[in-house]
Amino acid sequence: MLRDITIGQYYPSDSPVHRLDPRTKLVITFLFIVIIFFVRNYSGYLFILAFISLVIALSKIPVKFIFKGLRPLLFIILLTFFINLLFTPGETELFSFWFFRVTAEGLRQGLFMTLRLTFLVTGTSLLTLTTSPIALTDGIEMLLRPLKVVKFPAHELAMMMTIALRFIPTLLEETDKIMKAQMARGADFESGNLIQRAKSLIPLLVPLFISAFRRADELAMAMEARCYRGGDSRTRMKVLTMGLVDFAAFGVTMLLIAAVLLNTYL
Amino acid sequence: MEPIIQIKDVYYRYAGNEGEETTALDGVSLDIRKGEFVAVIGHNGSGKSTLAKHINGLMLPMSGQVIVKGMDTRDENLIWDIRQVAGMVFQNPDNQLVATIVEEDVAFGPENLAVPPEQIRLRVDDALKAVKMLQFAKSAPHLLSGGQKQRLAIAGIIAMRPEIIILDEPTAMLDPSGRKEVMDTVHYLNEEEGITIVHITHFMEEAIRAHRVVVMEEGRIIMDGPPREIFRQVSELREIGLDVPQIAELAYELKKEGFPITGDPLSTEEMVNILCP
Repeated sequence: MLRDITIGQYYPSDSPVHRLDPRTKLVITFLFIVIIFFVRNYSGYLFILAFISLVIALSKIPVKFIFKGLRPLLFIILLTFFINLLFTPGETELFSFWFFRVTAEGLRQGLFMTLRLTFLVTGTSLLTLTTSPIALTDGIEMLLRPLKVVKFPAHELAMMMTIALRFIPTLLEETDKIMKAQMARGADFESGNLIQRAKSLIPLLVPLFISAFRRADELAMAMEARCYRGGDSRTRMKVLTMGLVDFAAFGVTMLLIAAVLLNTYL
Repeated sequence: MEPIIQIKDVYYRYAGNEGEETTALDGVSLDIRKGEFVAVIGHNGSGKSTLAKHINGLMLPMSGQVIVKGMDTRDENLIWDIRQVAGMVFQNPDNQLVATIVEEDVAFGPENLAVPPEQIRLRVDDALKAVKMLQFAKSAPHLLSGGQKQRLAIAGIIAMRPEIIILDEPTAMLDPSGRKEVMDTVHYLNEEEGITIVHITHFMEEAIRAHRVVVMEEGRIIMDGPPREIFRQVSELREIGLDVPQIAELAYELKKEGFPITGDPLSTEEMVNILCP
C-alpha cells in the first residue's frame, strides 16, 4: 500500500500549462498571490476568476480534482467566514441573536475573505498540480541562483529537496516494515490514550532514525564516489529554456495585474 | 604494460568499538591488469571492503601506496580523476541512488564531471542500454526491484565512462534472480566493453567465472590465482571458514572417497563430462 503513495499532488498530463518552464510558473504564482491582496471589491475578483478558469481549462485538470484539494481547507475557510461575519463592526444590522450582531458589512467582509482564501489555495495548488516535484526543485534552484552572491546555498537547498523526495518512499516502506516487525513481537500501536500511543511510537522511531542516519552516511559516500563536490562547475542534463509559451503566459499575467490595479485605483 | 591498479604494501588500521585498534589491511600488495575480472573473497572483517575503498580513494593508505592508472590516490588534486576512472557500486541498492527519476540518477555522475548537457543525454541512453534498462528511463527508482536498482547503480557508473568498476558486495542484498541479472551485466561489461572489474563478494559461485580469485583473511592476501587453482584447495579454504562452490566440493569429496576425478571441475557441465565421458 505504501509503495503507491504519490509525493505532492502532481497531476501528470501534457497541457500547455504543464509544459511551461517551472520558473515561469513559480514567478506567476508569486505575482498571483500578491495581486489577490490588491483586490478591493467584488468586480476585481471577476478578473481573478477569469484568469483561474483560463488556467484550469488550459491545464486539462478536471475541476472535480481541484475542488478535492480544497476540501481539507474547508474548515479554515468556514471559520474565516464566520469570524468575519460575526465580528466585523458595522452600522446596518441585518439581524441579531444572543449577543451576536450580523451586519451587512460583516456579511460582505465574510464573503470577501472566503473568496480570497479560495482563490489563493486554488492558484497555488495549480502550481503543484501542473509541475512535477523534480521540475519544481530545478526551478527553485535556478531562481535562487542569483542569491549565491550573498552566500545563499541555492544548489544545496535543491539537492536536499531532491534527496528528501527520493527517500520519502524508501523510508515509508521501512516504517511499514519496522511496524510489522514490532507488531509481530506484540507491540500495540492502536489502543490507549494519546500519551500511551505516543509512547508506543518510540520503538518505531528509534530504529527508523538509526537507519536513516546510516543511509545518509552511505549515500554521502556513494555521492562522493560519483565525483559529487557541490554545485559549482556542475552541469545539468536538462537545461531549462524559456519559450514563446512562457512569454505568452507572462503577457496574460500582466494583463491580469493591470486589470486588477486599474479596477482598484480608478 | 603497466598494471591499471597497483597496490603496494598497504596498511590500514582503524579504532574499534572499545578504543582498541583493528588492523584492516596488513601489508597488502596486488597488481590488476587492464581488462581483468578479479573476484575478491573472504569473510566479514577480512579487509576486502576496506581494500575496495582504497582503490578509488574513499580510504587512504596509512602506509604504502595505491596507484590507479598512474595516479597516486594520496594526491588530492587527482582524486576526482581517479574516481572517474574507477567507479564504485555499493552493497545497498537504495542508499546509492540520488534522484527521483531513473535517467536523472544516471545523469548525476556526468553532471558532476561537468559534461555538456547534450553529451550527458547520449551517455545516459548508452549506459541504460548497456544494462538493458532503457525502458525504465522515466520510472521512479523506488518502484524497481533490487536487481534493477543495482543495474541502475551500475549504469550511473558507466555514464562516467570509467575503465574500472569496483563492486563491493553488490549482490549481498538481492534474491537469486537479481543476483544473476547483476552478474550477467557485470560479465557483459567486462567482455564486451573491456572494463576492468574488481568484484568483492562472499558468494563463491560468483567467483567461478572470474579470471582471477584473490582470497583475503585478517587483512592479508592468502591466495591469488585462477578460480580452478583456488577452489582446488578445499581443506585450506574450509580452515579459514570459507565455502567452496558446490561442484568443487563434490569433486573433493568424491576424490576423498577414492573416485578417479580428473581435473578440477567448477561447473555442473564439466562435472557431468568427467563422470560420464
